[in-house]
Amino acid sequence: MAKVLMKGNEAIAEAAVRAGCLNYFAYPITPQSEIGEYLARRLPEVGGMFLQAESEIAVVYMLYGAAGCGARAFTSSSSPGISLMSEGISYLVGAQLPAVFVNIMRGGPGLGGILPSQADYLQAVKGAGHGDCRMFVLAPASVQEAADMMADAFALAEKYRNPVMVLGDGLIGQMMEPVSFKAQKAVAMENKSAWATTGMSARDGNTPNLVKSLHLDPALLNQHNLDLKAKYERMAREEMRWEMYNAEGDYQVLLVSFGTMSRVCRTAVDMLKAKGVDVALLRPITLFPFPEEQIAMAAERSCCKAVLSVEMNMGQMVDDVKRSVGRQKPVSWYGKCGGEVPTPEEVAGVVEKTIADMDFT
Amino acid sequence: MARFFTRPQSLADRPTHYCPGCTHGVIHRLIGEVIDELNLQGDTVGVAPVGCAVLAYNYFNFDFQEAAHGRAPAVATGIKRVRPDLMVFTYQGDGDLASIGMGEIVHAASRGEKFTTIFVNNAVYGMTGGQMAPTTMPGQRTTTSPFGRDVDRVGMPIKVAELLAALPTPAYVTRQSVITPKYINRAKKAIHKAFQLQMRNACYSFVEIVSTCPTNWGMTPVEAIAWTENTLLAYYPLGDVKMPEVMEVTSAN
Repeated sequence: MAKVLMKGNEAIAEAAVRAGCLNYFAYPITPQSEIGEYLARRLPEVGGMFLQAESEIAVVYMLYGAAGCGARAFTSSSSPGISLMSEGISYLVGAQLPAVFVNIMRGGPGLGGILPSQADYLQAVKGAGHGDCRMFVLAPASVQEAADMMADAFALAEKYRNPVMVLGDGLIGQMMEPVSFKAQKAVAMENKSAWATTGMSARDGNTPNLVKSLHLDPALLNQHNLDLKAKYERMAREEMRWEMYNAEGDYQVLLVSFGTMSRVCRTAVDMLKAKGVDVALLRPITLFPFPEEQIAMAAERSCCKAVLSVEMNMGQMVDDVKRSVGRQKPVSWYGKCGGEVPTPEEVAGVVEKTIADMDFT
Repeated sequence: MARFFTRPQSLADRPTHYCPGCTHGVIHRLIGEVIDELNLQGDTVGVAPVGCAVLAYNYFNFDFQEAAHGRAPAVATGIKRVRPDLMVFTYQGDGDLASIGMGEIVHAASRGEKFTTIFVNNAVYGMTGGQMAPTTMPGQRTTTSPFGRDVDRVGMPIKVAELLAALPTPAYVTRQSVITPKYINRAKKAIHKAFQLQMRNACYSFVEIVSTCPTNWGMTPVEAIAWTENTLLAYYPLGDVKMPEVMEVTSAN
């Protein structure tokens, strides 16, 4: 279909509807409120359900109740709101329910700011909630990709019966870009009669379905966690996504960056290339599972002298990059975390300084 | 020989974990009987949050969702909004509903969500071992009010039924008990009315049931019933607090 110029938040909302999601629970917070505003008008047009809740805490449990009935549902929020939802995210993981969260990140900690940030990387990837709890995390780098990811997010959530987060930042939510929506047929949720509380009469009429996360028997709880772990390992085997840029030649430095920041890095790579400096970019598209093997292999190349993780935060993903690279190559971080986006010139400057420092030693 | 008193189909054939003298078992049975009478077993989803009744799903024979502490009204909202055809009820204690879950219950009632809340008020946190609840009586000793509830420091107990009845949204709000056969019959009629109003899509319905907790009160079951009658019911009067302006429904029996 033809491209339309849309704000990221509105494109995300429209893409969810087109992916067959007719249920959305809302609580306003900048910079993602347009998602709820759009759906308050849009969902009634398609016979969907929009409800504004009293808090993010209520939102996540409304999502739990709807998902527990086997309904496709999602919500969106921004950093402090996601913190309030994190208890419920853990319950969704424990009860193995499919649900989609969109986090349009703003700066923190605390009230922080309302400008773009990637400072919820660790929260999304490592600390989604209490307990041994993991979420699938997708990081879009454009409005188009954010829209495309919504259908993928629902499909993954339902395939694995696990919450999925689309982790964008304030720029993805607020900027306008041309977007075209994939011609797609919404797929019905499969096999929900085995677990969803649809009412017994919708099934055999005498076997109750139970949505729960409590396992008081330690052996059963251990097994439950082993089952969840097996699911996460399967995600890592089957769903890992990443993208390489300018990695064909003999690059001296490997940049690792996701989301909005990766687009700036791409421009920096082009600028450096024009100056005769070869730099590659690896963009993780899934942050959990994390493409550690791919980063390790890219860093192993003998041409590569250093790895630089560029993030709009105080250095979070860099820990995972270090873990992936090991001690074979130096790994450093560059970024800003007040809401300003580092410019391509700044990134290029840091890369040049990194190379110069190495030559000096 | 004909059997006149049998287990409701909606109750599981399983002994409960509740303490001697606890009224949860009676309330479970009333819910099971009403669901059978209304022929709703196959179309019911119960929601039980953290508390003594978190394992309620083991004792009922229909679909159930377990909820986090205080969040059952939000979970029930999510269920009911995507499946308005189902009969949905929350089963919540006073620590859960009147403390951590006060926001969720007030807003669910205020939106007029078409589900029913069974609110089991025994003036104490049960499962965690007898701590003070928002409903604990003045002077009542608990593990966190060892010298008795001091109303100068922590205020008076909350009358949740009256609080919810003050909301302008139409609702059925009633307070019942199950400590005598007479009260049990009335409580059953109230549950019947609440579920019927829900299935008519009429309004939110709230049935508070003043209950006992002999274990955490440090009483025998008989003493607990007397204390409920003399102390709790003097502060929490029984009866309908609010009736919706809708067609009267028929009561069971």
